[in-house]
Amino acid sequence: MTALDNAQPDTLSHYLCIGCPMGCRLEVETEPDHPSQIVEVRGFSCRRGEQYAHQEHTEPRRMVTTTVKIDRGIWARVPVKTLEPIPKGQVKDLCIALRQVCLTAPVERGAVVLADALGTGVDVVTSRSMAAATFDNVAGSAVR
Amino acid sequence: MIMTQQRPLEDQYDVIVVGGGPAGMSAALGAKEAGADRILIVDREKEPGGILLQCIHPGFGLQQFKAELTGPEYAQRVHEQVQAADIQIATDTYVLDITPAKQVQLMSGSEGMKLIQTKAAILAMGARERTRGAIRTPGRRPAGVLTAGLAQKFVNLMGVLPGHRAVILGSGDIGLIMARRLTLEGVEVAGVFEIMPYANGLNRNIVQCLQDFEIPLHLQTTVVDIQGRDRLKRVTVAPVDNHFQPDLSRSWDIDCDTLLLSIGLIPENELSRQLNIRIDPITNGPVVDSRMETSRDGIFVCGNVVHIHDLVDFVSAEASLTGRNAGLYVTGQLPPPDNIRLVPGENVGYCVPQTISSDRDHTVYLRSRQPIENCTLRLGDVYEKKLRYVFPAEMINLSVKPRFLQKFHGDSLKIDLLPP
Repeated sequence: MTALDNAQPDTLSHYLCIGCPMGCRLEVETEPDHPSQIVEVRGFSCRRGEQYAHQEHTEPRRMVTTTVKIDRGIWARVPVKTLEPIPKGQVKDLCIALRQVCLTAPVERGAVVLADALGTGVDVVTSRSMAAATFDNVAGSAVR
Repeated sequence: MIMTQQRPLEDQYDVIVVGGGPAGMSAALGAKEAGADRILIVDREKEPGGILLQCIHPGFGLQQFKAELTGPEYAQRVHEQVQAADIQIATDTYVLDITPAKQVQLMSGSEGMKLIQTKAAILAMGARERTRGAIRTPGRRPAGVLTAGLAQKFVNLMGVLPGHRAVILGSGDIGLIMARRLTLEGVEVAGVFEIMPYANGLNRNIVQCLQDFEIPLHLQTTVVDIQGRDRLKRVTVAPVDNHFQPDLSRSWDIDCDTLLLSIGLIPENELSRQLNIRIDPITNGPVVDSRMETSRDGIFVCGNVVHIHDLVDFVSAEASLTGRNAGLYVTGQLPPPDNIRLVPGENVGYCVPQTISSDRDHTVYLRSRQPIENCTLRLGDVYEKKLRYVFPAEMINLSVKPRFLQKFHGDSLKIDLLPP
């Protein structure tokens, strides 16, 4: 589909920008025998795309959005997100670490759920406020 | 979104909005701006926000808020605007019927059945997901076959996983996002299967939802059998030819207990049909004029009820126009009816609104039938514009200015998307 895996001279790497829905096809040219030395980046349409190509080639990072358990909330889970992208290799580990977290409603948007997650220096925060459940707004109670 | 005690329902309103998703809330704000006073938003859920509440991934709000937000953040921002404008919201409440005289039959968790008179109504019920019946997948009917959006609600709001090993049919964005979501929650995703030769979702989602997690994407392949008595046990998949006919001799089995369907959305128009509103057979939504009014006087529509949008930002923009016009209708200042009919021509699937007027600015949304590179968009013989590429999956926004129409005296304009 993306044709990114075709055989290429070993000084060229290809990436698809995930910065916005445009999905620019990026090409990173490196020094022969020094794959970490970037000579030129091509194919981007904005500065974010150029930065993404450098980042993706040297140390790929991802924003993480997931949910954590919340007691007494109007829903059983509350959505959380990393404030900055974290190294791609740590995404799954972060989600596993967040399974241990349980909040109690009410919570405000932006509350820190896990500070300095996995030593990345990045905080995980709630991405919404959630009211405490009252007798008549308990949602999903049948399956909790 | 800390909840406050619900206000009791009044007997009369200026505008009643059916649905408290992004469309309904933006429409209510528009109506307020245009001078409507007593506005009620009705939503069947526990809280407003609609489908955004379960779309916990980022990518929303780049146009409306100039920031990349998650779905819940976008919903909360709009909800806060609605609260600041002192607009009433009735949650846990269904609209059962709207009469041509604009009496609205409500069923409320706290107040029971109630008949309320309104001057104008805005329909903002959103869309439904297509289900297995829509694509006639053969096989048994065990538990474990569900739509991707329902699985998203289970996982992100209710905190239950749909199964342990999943197959996803359809490569729409919701399906791709659920592939990543399930993987992160410990569900094994055996693969995504797409009957078309190309993926339906955005390339960025193929990269960050599938490739990042080494989830295989099989193009031109579909599910041909569903097996299992009480619970789904396995699906059979097979490659298809150019006429979408599966080649059963090359089929293979995949053990799984969950099959997610991500095969498209249909505008939700039960209420519109009860009102005998004219429906466009292509969009499956009401025919609208440039004021977003339907074929029934004083009944306005917005969001996915009208046609399926790609971005919530466009929904908000369209809905706020709908709301303003409903507000102007109530205060007796609605602009006069349109005088020009828009006709979808070459390679144009549909356009919304279906009519425009020559005296003000319009945004016309259209969808192409086929992908074209270096395309020419032509509006009758009054306007022409080059587009780098058009895709059926990407809505085209056409801004129509009164000056294009200064020397135009006809009553219909054809829109074409022409190859170079």
